[in-house]
Amino acid sequence: MEINEKIAIEHGLKKEEFSKICDLLKRTPNLTELGIFSAMWNEHCSYKSSRVHLKKLNTKGKKVIQGPGENAGIIDIEDDDAIVFKIESHNHPSFIEPYQGAATGVGGIMRDVFTMGARPIANLNSIHFGSPQHPKTKNLLRGVVKGIGGYGNCMGIPTIGGQTSFDESYNGNILVNAMTLGLVNKNKIFYSKAAGINKPVIYVGSKTGRDGIHGASMASAIFDDKIEEKKPTVQVGDPFTEKLLLEACLELMAGKSIISIQDMGAAGLTSSSIEMASKGNLGIELNLNKVPCREEKMTPYEIMLSESQERMLIVLENGKESEAKKIFDKWNLDFAVIGKTTDSKKIELFFDNNKVAEIPIDILAENAPVYDRKWKKTKLPQKIKFNKDDFKKLKITQVLKKILALPNISSKEWIWQQYDHTVMGDTIQKPGSDSGVVRVHGTDKAVATSVDSSAVYCYAHPITGGKQVVCESWRNLISCGSKPIAITNCLNFGNPEKEKNMGEFVECVEGINEASKFLDYPIVSGNVSFYNETKDKGIKPTPAIGGVGLIKDYKKMITMDLKNNKNLILVIGKTEGHIDQSAFAINILNEKKGPPPEINLFNEKNNGETVLKLIEVGLVKSAHDVSLGGIITAVSKMAIKGKKGFKLNKLKVLVNKFDYYFGEDQGRYIIEIESKNLSKVQKILNDNSVHYDDIGLVTEKDVIVDKEPILHIDDLIESNKNWLTNYMEK
Amino acid sequence: MKSSVIIFPGSNCDRDMDVALKKFGFKNQMVWHNDLEIPKSDLIVLPGGFSYGDYLRCGSIAAKSKIIKSIIEFANSGGLLLGICNGFQILTETGLLPGILQQNKHQKFICKNVYVKVNSKENKYFKNIKKKILELHIAHNEGNYFCSEEELKSLNNNNQIAVTYCNEDGKESEEFNPNGTLSNIAGIFNKKKNILGMMPHPERMIDKSLSSSDGNFFFENLIENLK
Repeated sequence: MEINEKIAIEHGLKKEEFSKICDLLKRTPNLTELGIFSAMWNEHCSYKSSRVHLKKLNTKGKKVIQGPGENAGIIDIEDDDAIVFKIESHNHPSFIEPYQGAATGVGGIMRDVFTMGARPIANLNSIHFGSPQHPKTKNLLRGVVKGIGGYGNCMGIPTIGGQTSFDESYNGNILVNAMTLGLVNKNKIFYSKAAGINKPVIYVGSKTGRDGIHGASMASAIFDDKIEEKKPTVQVGDPFTEKLLLEACLELMAGKSIISIQDMGAAGLTSSSIEMASKGNLGIELNLNKVPCREEKMTPYEIMLSESQERMLIVLENGKESEAKKIFDKWNLDFAVIGKTTDSKKIELFFDNNKVAEIPIDILAENAPVYDRKWKKTKLPQKIKFNKDDFKKLKITQVLKKILALPNISSKEWIWQQYDHTVMGDTIQKPGSDSGVVRVHGTDKAVATSVDSSAVYCYAHPITGGKQVVCESWRNLISCGSKPIAITNCLNFGNPEKEKNMGEFVECVEGINEASKFLDYPIVSGNVSFYNETKDKGIKPTPAIGGVGLIKDYKKMITMDLKNNKNLILVIGKTEGHIDQSAFAINILNEKKGPPPEINLFNEKNNGETVLKLIEVGLVKSAHDVSLGGIITAVSKMAIKGKKGFKLNKLKVLVNKFDYYFGEDQGRYIIEIESKNLSKVQKILNDNSVHYDDIGLVTEKDVIVDKEPILHIDDLIESNKNWLTNYMEK
Repeated sequence: MKSSVIIFPGSNCDRDMDVALKKFGFKNQMVWHNDLEIPKSDLIVLPGGFSYGDYLRCGSIAAKSKIIKSIIEFANSGGLLLGICNGFQILTETGLLPGILQQNKHQKFICKNVYVKVNSKENKYFKNIKKKILELHIAHNEGNYFCSEEELKSLNNNNQIAVTYCNEDGKESEEFNPNGTLSNIAGIFNKKKNILGMMPHPERMIDKSLSSSDGNFFFENLIENLK
C-alpha cells in the first residue's frame, strides 16, 4: 500500500504535517509508521495547539515534588507521604458510548496514578450534560454514572466528590472528566523515564485487542452525523483486570526491579514506548510477535494503535524477569518480554522477522508540530441595568425554593449514591459537601479534595472565569479546614482552529494562572481536551479545576451542616450584590448577559486564610463557601444538611435585598459560630481587615426571612432533593 | 482470638476487614484464594468486593475456588464463618446459606447508611449486643435477597433472619427497604447459626469520624462472645 497525502489526511494529519513527516524521515512512511505519527502528532497526545500557552503555567512550589510532564503530579503532605493526582477528560468516547467511555476514563486516570507507585485513595469526577430537555441527556447521564460507578466500585476506590452540570452547549458534546488521588511514600515514586541500554521491556496486563484503535485521533476531531460509526474506537473497560494490575504492580514496586513504568493510555503501545525512550534519551526495539493479543492476525499497525485498556509497559533491571513474572502469574495477568532499550535513539519494530518500522524518537516527540494559533480576546460585557422595581413582585423565599430546585443546584444524591464512597474505611466527608475528605490511612492527617468549574462565567469573560474557578476550588478546600496545596486542571474547549474558541482557551488559562500564582496554588498536572464541537456548535469553555488540600489533624475538620440552635451565622467577605451571570439573573430574571462577578485576589487570599485561622483555633462550627445562588442559597444548603432552620436579621447594608441575598460576589464564606465567641471572632476578623456581616442565627426548624411567611426546613429540603430523582426515574 | 480473611482476586474490602478485626483484638491473617488450607481460626471472614470480577453471577466463581472446600469443612464442623456483601453472595452460591441475591430492585448500585434491626440474639454474633438497632452501611448492586416460600418459612421458624432493614426506631416497612429484598432481609444465618451472611458493612463504621460507629457494637460483642 502506497502512502500518500490522502491517507495521511484520513489519519487526521494535515497536508503540511504529512510533508513535514516525509522531510524529517527523508522518505515516505509506511502504513505502520504513518499510524504512529498520527497517534503521536494528534492534538490529544501532542498538545500542539496548547503547548505554547501551557508552558507559562505556574507549576512550581515548595510542596511540589512533580509537576506536569509525568503521568501525574505529586505533592508533599509531610512525614514522607505524598499525594499523586491528576484529572483527565474522556469526553468524546463518553458521548459515543457513555458507559464504556466513562468507565475507561476512570480506569485510565487510576492507572496514571498507580503507575507512579501510589495506591489510589479517592476518585472524583466533573460531568457536564446538555439541557435536561434534550432527548439524549437522560441516557447519557445514566450511562456515564453507571460507567463511573461500575469501574470505581469494582476497583474498591471511593468516589468522594464531583460536580454535575447541565447546559445546552453540551447537547452534542458531553464532558466527562475523571480525577484520582493516590498515596505514595515520597521515597518510593516511580517514573516513566527509561535508563540504561539492553534492559528488557515488559508488557503486562490485559491482552491487546482491536478496540480503541485511533481513540486518541478520534478525541482530536469534531463530531458530525456519523458518530455512531465511531463506536469501535471506544475502548472497553475491565475493572477486575485493572484491580489485579494495581495489586500486581504495587507488589512488584515493593521490590527494586523496576527502572521505569508507564501505563498504556491514549495511543497505547505507541505513546508509552516512545515516551519512555524519549524521556530517557534512548532507543527502543520491540518484537510485535511477542505482544499478547486477544484477537487473531493482528497487524503491527493494529497492535501499535490499539487502545485496549489495563496494560502497562515496564523497563526492568536485567535478570529480574522471572521474579517479576512470578508476581504477574500470581495475579493471573499476561507478562511478556517484548523488546529492549537501545542506544539507537530510534523506535524499531519487528514483526515476522521483518523490520516494520524505524523512526528516530526525536522526530516523534520533540519535533512534533507546535502551533501558536490565532486567537481573539473576549471583551468584558457591559453591566446590565436591572430594573429593581421588577423585584418587588418577587418573594425571597419563593425565589429561593426555585433556585434550590434548579438542575445545577439541586441535590445530586441520585448520582453519588451509585458510587461506593466509603470503601477503604477512611472517608470522613462524603460527596455532597464542599470537598470530599479521606484520612491518610493510619495517621492523623486527612486530604481534602474538590473539583470545580464555572462555564457560565468563563463564557461571559474567560479571564475572570479562569480566575474564578481556581478561587472556588481554593474556597471549597478552606471551608472544610484544609490548607490548599495544589491543583490539576482539565481544560475542555471547542475547536482551537477557531479564533474565538482559541481565545477562550488562552484567556481562561491566563486567568487560571494568575489566580494560581497569587494564591500560591500551583498546577501540577492536567489535560487539554479540544474539539468539543458538533456540527459547528462548540461547548462553553469549561476548565475544570481539581484541588487538593491537607488537614493535619482530621479531628479538626469542618463540615457544612448547621449545628446548633441560636448559633450565629456570619458572612465573611464583602457583598456588593453582583447579580449579572448569577443563577438568579439567568433563571429568575431570564437575563443571560453581563459580566461575571469580579475576582479580587487579595481579598480572596486574605479572607480564605483568615477563615482557616478561625477554624484552626476552633471558633467555627460549620462553614460553606458562597457560590452559585449567593448567600441565601449557601445558608440554605447548610441548613438542609444539618436539618436546621435559620432566621435572617433585618439587613444592615444598603444594597437591595435580592442583590444581597442572591448576588454572586466572590471571596465569601458563611460560617456558623457560637454567640459567646462573637467578640473573639470579630477580633480575628478585624485584626486581619476582613469584612463580615452578622446576618442571622440558626433555629430549630423554621426558616424566617423578613416578614415573609415562615417556611419549615423540610420545605427547602423538598425543593432541593427531588429534581434529579424525578427527572431520572419518572 | 484468631481470625482469617480470605482474599479472592477482586476482593476489595479485605483490608478494611483486617483493620476492623485487629482494632477489636483479633489476631488476623490474610489467606489467598489459591491456598488449600486455612490457618487455625476462631472466625473466617469472606470480605466484600467483586470476586473474580463477578462477571458471572456474583460470588459464583469464588464458590468454586480452591480454598472453598476448606471453608465448607470449617463451617460444617461448627466454625464461625462470616460473609459480608460479596461474602454473603458467595455463601449463598456455595449453598451454605439458602436463597439468592438478585440485582437491586431499582437496578442501581446503592451506597448509603441504613438502619438494621438485630432479630436474633441466640447466637455467637449478636448475643449480649448492647444495641438492637444498628446504623451500618450498604454498598452493593446485588443485595436483593430472595428465596422460596418454604425456605422463608423455615428461616422464620428457625429464627435464622439475623438482621432486617428498618428505620431509626426499628420500624420495618417497604419504605426502609433499600433494594427490594424479601421481608427487608439484610442478613441471615444457617440453621446452626455459626454462619452469618449480611449485606451491610460493619467494618466501615468503626469510629466516630466515619458516618457511624455502630460497627463497634458488632465487633466488640463478637470477640467477647468468642472468648
